[in-house]
Amino acid sequence: MRRVPPIRPSEITPEAVYFGRRRFLAGLAAAGVAATAPALGQQVLSATLVQRLDYRRNARFSTTEKMNSFAEITGYNNFYEFGTGKEDPAENAHTLRPRPWSVVVDGECERPGRLDLDDLLKPHPLEERVYRLRCVEAWSMVIPWIGFPLGDLVKRFGPTSRAKFLHFTTLHDPKQMPGQRYDVLDWPYVEGLRMDEAMHPLAILGVGLYGRVLPNQNGAPLRLVVPWKYGFKSIKSIVRIRFTERMPRTSWALSAPSEYGFYANVNPAVDHPRWSQKSERRIGSDSLFTRRPTQPFNGYAAQVADLYRGMDLARNF
Amino acid sequence: MKADTLVRRVWKPLLFLACLLPIAWLAAGVLGWAPADLGANPVEKVQDTLGIWALRFLMLTLAVTPLRELLRAPRLLAFRRMLGLYAFACILLHFVWYLFVDQAFDWRQLLVDIGKRPYVTVGFTALVLLVPLAWTSTNRAMRRMGRRWQKLHRLVYPAAVLGCVHFWWQVKADIREPLLYAAIAAVLLGWRLNRAWQRRQASASSAAPAGARSERNAGEDQHSTGRGAPARLLAEQPPAP
Repeated sequence: MRRVPPIRPSEITPEAVYFGRRRFLAGLAAAGVAATAPALGQQVLSATLVQRLDYRRNARFSTTEKMNSFAEITGYNNFYEFGTGKEDPAENAHTLRPRPWSVVVDGECERPGRLDLDDLLKPHPLEERVYRLRCVEAWSMVIPWIGFPLGDLVKRFGPTSRAKFLHFTTLHDPKQMPGQRYDVLDWPYVEGLRMDEAMHPLAILGVGLYGRVLPNQNGAPLRLVVPWKYGFKSIKSIVRIRFTERMPRTSWALSAPSEYGFYANVNPAVDHPRWSQKSERRIGSDSLFTRRPTQPFNGYAAQVADLYRGMDLARNF
Repeated sequence: MKADTLVRRVWKPLLFLACLLPIAWLAAGVLGWAPADLGANPVEKVQDTLGIWALRFLMLTLAVTPLRELLRAPRLLAFRRMLGLYAFACILLHFVWYLFVDQAFDWRQLLVDIGKRPYVTVGFTALVLLVPLAWTSTNRAMRRMGRRWQKLHRLVYPAAVLGCVHFWWQVKADIREPLLYAAIAAVLLGWRLNRAWQRRQASASSAAPAGARSERNAGEDQHSTGRGAPARLLAEQPPAP
């Protein structure tokens, strides 16, 4: 058994960090007030989603491709905790309570503990990153995420030399997540990254999109976003981040080992056993008859291909 | 109105319109009629909806014979061809949509998929099996082929099984819905197996006249297009045109 030390907040969050400037603007705007975030365009938001975030745009890490609409991003989701249909999460995720929320950080690190979400987020300035998202089902979107580099969070907890992987766990509570009443997957959902992947500047923890707090169906209140991997790697509604020496046994790889691997890098040269990954359908913007060629590492090869130098990506799919 | 006339003039047109609804809804959605909202991924929505309705029509088609025996409602037979043809139409549209829209006219990819991806292989096989059945669904073909028509049309059984397998193999993890259809198919086909077995028993134990034995297997879909079938199988009438 691994020992989880008692929680002493003073030990977890350095004072300077604790009084960090950036924080959530919890002010709730009145229903119907027009949105002002520049990225928002003409989207009309419902009154429940008006919690605004304070962030700056990170153009360097953002694509200039046409973004998907708020309705598409929040209405078409794979989040089996709320049902296996694409429209199920939007319909069912209202039962999730994203606040109060705490996250356990433990395993091979110097400063483990259970943190309230606000304390976890406080030291991290938020930025907007417009990323492509490529689902393993061969569709894709462009999403303006709000978040911060996962690497910055990792450093705070002082991973030891034995920390080779990060192991993430989603909330397991069938009352809040009705899809967990059925053993579609082995709950709770588990994902993982190799340490160098986690430290890569493109890997972020997301807390919002389109300038707003994450809607429940998109993985509120805290999710991973790893744009060069298939969408299922970007685990949602995270309650635990664990530093481990061994490679985590991730949910989809456990469910169907011949179809989903640990790495799950977007790769047009390696087909899913049941369908081609050579091309994809961009939700929303293209005509019915258009498929786009899928890019290696979802178009982020220049930034991330070095992480996998010398690896056989057909075997390590 | 006589019962047959009622079926022909009222019930069949009504059923025709009812069956048309899902296809009409998809067509309206594709043409951009707002109430028929196809969601964020209309290509997938059309593909999946056609597939699931193909399976539903196939199951309804297979339910006709058991129902008309259990309910003692021989006139139900009059609806079977229409249901079968709706199943075929949905499967054909499902395939055409896959090829021309989902795969964007990529013939080469289609051939690769049929050869390489088992769920496409079984789905395509089911379609191929149903082509001769649709082709010979006319009264003329039925008359001309006589008993061979029945034999040929038993291809609907493997097609139904393949349809269920096709559905099962293409879901990612949630097998509940494919399981439901597989269970329905198992009941409908199991009922036939059981009946065939009972008839075999019956004809083996009762000193059946020579010739009845060869009629036995044709019993299920038997109607008076054949010659000299045992009367007990024939308390029914041929399908109305």
